[in-house]
Amino acid sequence: MPHDHIDVCYLAKLARLDLTEAEVAVFQTQLEAILGHVESLSAIDLPDDIKAADSRLGPLRDDKPHISLPPEAVLLNAPDQAQSQIRVPKVVADA
Amino acid sequence: MSLTSLRRRYLNGETTPSEVIAKLAEEIASRDPKTGAYLSHDLDHALKAVAQADLSKPLGGLPIAIKDNINTLGQPCTCGSQFLSKNYTSPYDATVIRKLKEAGAIPFGRMNMDEFAMGSATENSAFQNTRNPHDHDRIPGGSSGGSAAAVADGTAFAALGSDTGGSIRQPASHCGVVGLKPTYGRVSRFGLVAFASSLDQIGPLTRTVDDAALILQTIAGHDPQDSTSLDAPVPDYSAEIDLGVKGLRIGIPKEYFGEGIHPGVRENVGYRIKQLEGLGAEIIPISLPHTAHAVATYYVIAPAEASSNLSRFDGIRYGNRAPNPDDIIDLYHQSRELGFGPEVKRRIILGTYVLSSGYYDAYYTRAQKVRALITRDFKKAFEMVDVILSPVAPTPARKIGACAEDPLQDYLADIFTIPANLAGIPGMSVPCGTASFDGSDNLPVGLQILAPHLGEAIMLRVAKAAEGLA
Repeated sequence: MPHDHIDVCYLAKLARLDLTEAEVAVFQTQLEAILGHVESLSAIDLPDDIKAADSRLGPLRDDKPHISLPPEAVLLNAPDQAQSQIRVPKVVADA
Repeated sequence: MSLTSLRRRYLNGETTPSEVIAKLAEEIASRDPKTGAYLSHDLDHALKAVAQADLSKPLGGLPIAIKDNINTLGQPCTCGSQFLSKNYTSPYDATVIRKLKEAGAIPFGRMNMDEFAMGSATENSAFQNTRNPHDHDRIPGGSSGGSAAAVADGTAFAALGSDTGGSIRQPASHCGVVGLKPTYGRVSRFGLVAFASSLDQIGPLTRTVDDAALILQTIAGHDPQDSTSLDAPVPDYSAEIDLGVKGLRIGIPKEYFGEGIHPGVRENVGYRIKQLEGLGAEIIPISLPHTAHAVATYYVIAPAEASSNLSRFDGIRYGNRAPNPDDIIDLYHQSRELGFGPEVKRRIILGTYVLSSGYYDAYYTRAQKVRALITRDFKKAFEMVDVILSPVAPTPARKIGACAEDPLQDYLADIFTIPANLAGIPGMSVPCGTASFDGSDNLPVGLQILAPHLGEAIMLRVAKAAEGLA
């Protein structure tokens, strides 16, 4: 498990975060320390019969329509709205 | 005063819910400026609600403070984050809130917390530090620090918190109150803002074990709106709570009493175990051999789940939206950068790393396998014992700011609480004396009681016996 150099800027981009240079520097050091501790997991001798704890699919509710929040409740917290819809910046670039 | 005592006073006509809510508001105004447990409270709304209180119900007219990550209709729900500090009002009740209201309770007060429940000191709130009522220079623990501090400070009779890696039990321990994390799935998570969905549970923080049982009785049970809630009958938690510990087998895991435990914690917990033995419990040394790997396992799984859960905070549907973005991608980036604090960003980046291509199996899959080993440890132990006792935390409450530059030190202090979340078993913190630590005297110490899956009844029974020894 020895981790490669952590590219904090790239990970932040994947996670849709804009970090300041100061944040990148601090996180770099802190994340290296945390991952250094996490690497202790690689030394554990895993028995052959052990399976990942999340390997069982959880129960799902019936696939039936049900009453949900009314539109006005959904729009209550929208930062920007128009015509009973949430308004966002243009998604498709100009041709 | 406990909830149970307050209810008795209502039924005897000695006071009324309106008087109690008004008095509580006075206490908050007088004491909370020093403690900082409350983010907000809506007195007018609460007074309207108590005017219609039905005292015949189990929690009729009883005010209960709510951690600020549990949705309550018409109330704020900031999660301790700038992201939800403005423009968010809960449009619905979480299932636990609906159940409390149906039982007659009055949700009153939104309690401070680490941002999105990420932390164990309530220092990661975007709004304020909460201070330990026993020593205002010290942390109350976290992430449910506001809930624990208010109950300890006398500004709340009881509170709800959430526990992902110890966030109910550790602040309860540091503040000298009772905290209960139920079995995973015992209480619905619907309406709890998700941090790590396979670990999160809602539970009570109270002044007495009876009160914890009373609230658990109300909020437990299957909920079709949470597919992970367990469809298992809810027993009467008060039925056997006074039976004592005679004949019970109590396991003492050697891994929870090793190096690094403060002598005052070791002494208090050890003494309480001796006392329980004196009441007829059989004390059995046991081993939970994978305990040392719990923190590392947790800090792969919890950030992985958090990085996914917190992707919903994008500035589109609710919460913070950055002004004047270049395009929608820029809107996401700017809104999240402005809205999230450093601990949340750190965990999102960590989670993104362990889930990324090339690292997923080495980190996430491996951590899930170690989690299964930790669960197996508990299953084997509970074939030999009825409950397990340990300290909640290695030390009493530390000073505010002592781990500001080194978050790993705070992470490591969760070593005794995290395993119960990984295994999905219930755990409790019960006050267990006081200790001197780092220049302060009389800091509370907590005794942790762990029980098998859905073993809340026997856990409460041991807790009640331990409480009686105080």
